[in-house]
Amino acid sequence: MDWNNILTNVAGEFFAPTTAAYALAAIGLNIHFGLTGLINMGQAGFMLLGAYGFAISTIAGWPLWAAMLVAVACAAVFGLILGIPTLKLRGDYLAIVTIAAAEIVRLIGRSTALTELTGASSGLRGNDYKHTFQDSSPFGDGNFQLGPFDYSMSASNSWWVRIVGWTVVGLACLLVWLLIRSPWGRVLKGIREDEDAVRSLGKNVYSYKMQALILGGCIGALAGILYVLPRAVQPDSMGRPMTFFVWTILLLGGAATVFGPVLGSIIFWASLMLIKSVMRAGVPDSIMRTEQIEQFGWIVVGVTLMLLIIFRPQGILGDKKELAIDVR
Amino acid sequence: MSADQPTTTIASRRAEVAAALADVARTPGAAKPDPIVVADHVTRHFGGMTAVDVDHLEVQRGAITALIGPNGAGKTTLFNLLTGFDRPSTGEWTFEGRSLHGVAAARVARSGMVRTFQLTKALSRMTVIENMRLGAPDQPGERLVTALVPAMWRPREKAITEQAEELLERFKLDTKRDDFAGSLSGGQRKLLEMARALMSSPKMLMLDEPMAGVNPALTQSLLGHIESLRDEGTTVLFVEHDMHMVRHISDWVVVMAEGRIVAEGPPESVMQDQAVVDAYLGKHHDTDLGDDSLLSDEVTEQLEAEVRAEEDTRTEETR
Repeated sequence: MDWNNILTNVAGEFFAPTTAAYALAAIGLNIHFGLTGLINMGQAGFMLLGAYGFAISTIAGWPLWAAMLVAVACAAVFGLILGIPTLKLRGDYLAIVTIAAAEIVRLIGRSTALTELTGASSGLRGNDYKHTFQDSSPFGDGNFQLGPFDYSMSASNSWWVRIVGWTVVGLACLLVWLLIRSPWGRVLKGIREDEDAVRSLGKNVYSYKMQALILGGCIGALAGILYVLPRAVQPDSMGRPMTFFVWTILLLGGAATVFGPVLGSIIFWASLMLIKSVMRAGVPDSIMRTEQIEQFGWIVVGVTLMLLIIFRPQGILGDKKELAIDVR
Repeated sequence: MSADQPTTTIASRRAEVAAALADVARTPGAAKPDPIVVADHVTRHFGGMTAVDVDHLEVQRGAITALIGPNGAGKTTLFNLLTGFDRPSTGEWTFEGRSLHGVAAARVARSGMVRTFQLTKALSRMTVIENMRLGAPDQPGERLVTALVPAMWRPREKAITEQAEELLERFKLDTKRDDFAGSLSGGQRKLLEMARALMSSPKMLMLDEPMAGVNPALTQSLLGHIESLRDEGTTVLFVEHDMHMVRHISDWVVVMAEGRIVAEGPPESVMQDQAVVDAYLGKHHDTDLGDDSLLSDEVTEQLEAEVRAEEDTRTEETR
């Protein structure tokens, strides 16, 4: 077994663009669930909308900043449309509506009626929309090797996308850190506990929930852009499983914490890579084929999540004391 | 409540309110000399059941008004309607001359009418001081953009914290300042909820069963707090179904039964009112009027017939 290679692969996941994208998506979801108590089961829908918004407007010839604004605006409008009918109702309604709405986005995206715009089920090729981002790189062409990690400077799965991605993650963490400690965050926390009590103190609960939904959704849209920059926009790869991975990451790291989503994402992707690489190298084809190993990896993730919820419901960084308080 | 002369202020203030209410008719829906809340034809139906059917109600400014009645009389429902937590089937009401019909609960609270809940809503996973801070109005840091610039909200936060600490001291919760609200006892939560409501210095405080589940020692201190609020000029309307608690502190008592106001008056005289005796002990003193299973058509008809007969005799009496 080539441990050197396996460990390099695993370490590479620590700062892979996908890890950053999922961390960012989980930060958005943390604003929904961790801070406000909104159960958004459609974070992938926000991400896919962001990806489409960015890719389609770039293909239409828009500059990088405008394409990013389009992505964020799409998510904001999506959040508004989801929020207006559901945020006055009990939490479970939002869960049902968001999961359905995310599916609607995906199904519309892959429908043949929109082939010219979205490329239907085959999606949009990465090379059609990557150029504005790559051109913005100050590093130029070529490859750069740092220790065992060898990536291109600017093209596709590059150092540039890693640097930008993790910078955005850092800024999002800073944003959450500031908000969590502010009176705004306090109102959200109150809403999470008991929204009638907050309402009785003169706060417009509906407006706060809407702000949280839109803010988290916009961060989700940025995560969507980050996710598709090293690959292509594939509607079917951004469906329900993606939402569940984001949830797993959030709960793994610890909801309502600042760095929980980041830590969760790193552990999630690194351990998945570890399981898959070890099994690929160690399990002979007669017992499990490569594609079965892929599936098995997800099974292990599922079991881990269950164990986590049972034995450490507050996540890795969560505050056990806070969770232990009996809400009467 | 100032420590130096508590008894004199309370006594004089109470006497003042009593004098103001002396000439008010002892009939349901009586007009008050200086009403802060005026409600007309407020009804609330749940399916075929009429939970609240209040023809006219006025609440005197600066007084402690108790809203009493047996279980299921519609007290809490009326409370929810007045504070915007529920929508009435019909009706209009004003608070300080402004209509509150259809106004959202948060705006009702901002206009100066703050409520507490029968089942205490302390925000368990927040500390006592954070609970208190949440009650304060006009914190610029509660807007998303200003929240990001601590310099914009720190000064206000400091003022809020000082105010909160004063209130906590007054309610003897200052030692619990940094504990989670969930770790407080039931009575302390009631105190916290009341203190939190006072953070916005409301003109009117609506307390929904402030004494429920509170031990006798704390009850005394709760009653003291309510009285001192009145002495500072806050109007208090509170729901209670134990008459004996009410007698101590209220200036005026409104009695509800089966959704209607059946009697009004000062606590001493309202106890003698036939309608109140009926409502509490009455011809059906072993029947719980709040028990839905008993509200079959026959029973309802029978009760309605009795009410009609009673009303007839009462109108005759007044003639």
